[in-house]
Formats: sequence, structure tokens, C-alpha cells
Amino acid sequence: MRELSATAVQRAVAAMVIDANCRISPQVLQQMERCRAEEEQPLAASILGRIIENDRLAAERCVPMCQDTGMAVFRVQLGQELHITGGSLEAAIQEGVRQGYREGYLRKSIVADPVFHRDNTGDNTPAVIYYELTEGDRLTLTFAPKGFGSENMSAVRMLKPADGAEGVKAFVLDTVHHAGPNPCPPIVVGVGIGGTFEKCAQLSKFALMRELGSSHPQPAYRDMEQELLRAINEMDIGPAGLGGHTSALAVHIETFPTHIAGLPVAVNICCHAYRHGTVTL
Amino acid sequence: MKHLTLPLTPSAVESLRAGDEVLLTGWLYTGRDAAHKRLAACLAAGEPTPFPLTGETLYYVGPAPARPGQVIGPAGPTSSYRMDPYTPALLEHGLRCMIGKGRRSPEVVDAMIKHHAVYLLTIGGTAALTADAIYKKEPVCYEDLGTEAVCRLYVKDFYAIVGIDCHGGAVV
Ligand code: SF4
Repeated sequence: MRELSATAVQRAVAAMVIDANCRISPQVLQQMERCRAEEEQPLAASILGRIIENDRLAAERCVPMCQDTGMAVFRVQLGQELHITGGSLEAAIQEGVRQGYREGYLRKSIVADPVFHRDNTGDNTPAVIYYELTEGDRLTLTFAPKGFGSENMSAVRMLKPADGAEGVKAFVLDTVHHAGPNPCPPIVVGVGIGGTFEKCAQLSKFALMRELGSSHPQPAYRDMEQELLRAINEMDIGPAGLGGHTSALAVHIETFPTHIAGLPVAVNICCHAYRHGTVTL
Repeated sequence: MKHLTLPLTPSAVESLRAGDEVLLTGWLYTGRDAAHKRLAACLAAGEPTPFPLTGETLYYVGPAPARPGQVIGPAGPTSSYRMDPYTPALLEHGLRCMIGKGRRSPEVVDAMIKHHAVYLLTIGGTAALTADAIYKKEPVCYEDLGTEAVCRLYVKDFYAIVGIDCHGGAVV
């Protein structure tokens, strides 16, 4: 059995949370450049220009591109032939978050209790962690800092099977329309379809951990991603919500089998600060 | 692009129209969710607020920590609608300008028209760039709130767009 020390996990997590918050992926920058070149409205093009300049500056200075450095969300894929030594995996990840948010001068945005004692925990923990057991002897950690300007505009709905593809699309477009300028457009839309109430929400989160513009493996869903992206960009929300064709950079759909009686759909919205990191140890 | 001095004069507010691009220079206050809750409680109890609201500007921001040698960390706007429940009371007590992102409630727009206030937008997610226009930062109150504490900031050529003007015109 392969061994991996908890300290190595902590170190990798700390480095990844800083890097993901300060460095946007080249795919996001390229997509925004493309959209800027195509924007007909001068204000929309100039706002995209400011966003691009901001993201370049952040990477150059190694400061976060947005002050909301999010709630830390992890997808952990742990190979069953791997043994973590010298401490628990959970503690190593939480400690890595603590260290990264401190050393990277990232904002601490987590309150200890949602209703009665909204006191800041002071170190941005706890992170939300989803564990999966996989084959092999590797550990893959995918991290996304989730800002709440966009998280707050997300929604889950239990559709009827009869609602079908049209019902799914209408719900996605309705959610995006309702969100309008609030989630810092241009947005990225994660859609989870199928499973159960919570499973579709988790799928929609994982959809936001994909590389920007990657597509669903099945042609029918790939077409739906493209169709939704076109429809959203015709809504005239535009960068910062001030009008224009660039309302979304991508739509990502993830699917899972579901019950004979159901069609659960979740729409998780992410802002243009489409941040994530992944590391395999 | 209009150059404006903070705090805004009533005539400056009157002259602004939704969609105008402006560059602000002067002092403003920061405040977001938790600070608004406390300010509103203060006003409801008939007590004076820890800093004067009359004629002032509130920027809805919770900055990231500053690195050594920096004035402030990245400091972009947060969504304004969450301040809506508290805002009419603040406007009634003289608040003249608000800076944030996204939409406002009809109640806020009505109160803005009634009390001649303006709502400005900054571009969400351009926090590193925005911080470059902030030159001084002084603590004011509620320091226990961490990033949500109220500070006074001196800004120079701080870019914003008029989101809702005092006549009810709006671009969001
Ligand atoms: S929605 Fe995204 S870009 Fe906007 S403030 Fe939140 S984290 Fe930043």
C-alpha cells in the first residue's frame, strides 16, 4: 500500500488555495478576450477590458483577483490503495485551508453558525469537502473558492419527468434571468440534472470545477450546453449587468441517472472569477 | 467621464444621470451586512451612529487583508440588495451616496428619490484594480467584525458608474 503523509497534503492544499485565488486560468482570459473583441457596446467592451486587466494584475502581484476569496469547496478523490499517514486527511485539508488563507492574505469569510452566532471563524474554515473513493493509489484534490455573490443566485427545482428538456432549459434561463447583474456577469453556469435532491446540487457544483468550455460527453447534452449559452447571451445582461452580449462564458452540464418519478435540476452560478485548482499526489 | 469630489454636494447628486461614468476623489466609509445591522439598530434605538451619515458615502465592501506595506487588500463591491432592508432608514438620516453592485429594491429607490441620494456601481470582481485607487485607510468602528468593520478610505480617481440616480433613472 502506498503511503502519503498528511503534511504533504496540507502543504499542497495551502499552495493550491493561494494560487487558485490569484491566478485565473488561460481559458477564462482567452474567452473574455474573444468576447471583448465581439462586443458591439463600448461600455460592455470596456468593462471586459477592466476585468481582464484586473485578472492580469492579480496574477502579476500574486494578490486575489476578487476580495471575496470564497468558501473553500473540495472534491477529494482518494485511491483505495493509498494510506494517509501522520494524521487525518480531513484535518490536513482544513489545516491547509487555514495556512493558505493566512499566508496568502486571502479574506476570511466564514461564520461559525448560520443563524444565531454569525461570528467569523477567523481562518476561513471549515471547508466543504466531498469525498469519493476511487481505484488506484493516488489522491486528487480539486478546489474551488466559491464567492457568495453568485452562490446566492443559485437554485434547485424538482421538475416532473413530463417537463423534459424544455422544462430544464426554462428553469436554467429563469434562474439566470432572475440573477441578472448580481452574480458579477459574465457568469459560468453549472447545471446538475438527475440523481436526488442533493445529488443534482452536488453535480452542479462539480460542473463548475470543469475546465472552462469543456463539454458533456453526450451530444444531446453538449447541444443543450451550447443552446443555453446562446440563449443567455441574448438576454442582454452583459458584463456587470449593464447590457451587452457577454452574459455568460460557458454552460456546463453534469448528469446522473434518476428515479422513474423525478427530474431534479440544480443551477449553480459562478461569476467571471471562475477559479479552481487541482492537484494529484 | 465626470470628476467628482467626495462627499458629494446636493447639486452634484442632482446632476448625475444613470449610466454616467465617474471618477471619485475624497473620503468615504465602508460598510456591509453586519455593520448595516448595527447601524440600523442604533437608529431604531434613537442613538447617534458611531460616525456621521449626513451627506456621506457608503461603499459596500469587505476588503481582503493588506500585505505588509499595502494600504488595503483587494477591495471590490459586494451585492447591494442585502443592504436594502436597512437602507431607507440610513437615507432618512442623511446618507447621500452608496456604492455597490447589482439591483436595489423599489423601497430603496423610493427613499433615494425622496432624500436625493445616488447609487453608484463598481465592477464586481475587479478588486485588485479597485484597490489601486485607494490611498488611505483609517479604522472607524466595529473592529470586532474583521473584514466587515467600518473604515474610512481616501480614494483618488475611483471609477464608478451611476446605477440609479436621484430622479429614479436606472441602468440596473
Ligand atoms: S460574485 Fe465572484 S466576482 Fe463577484 S464579488 Fe463575489 S466572488 Fe467576486
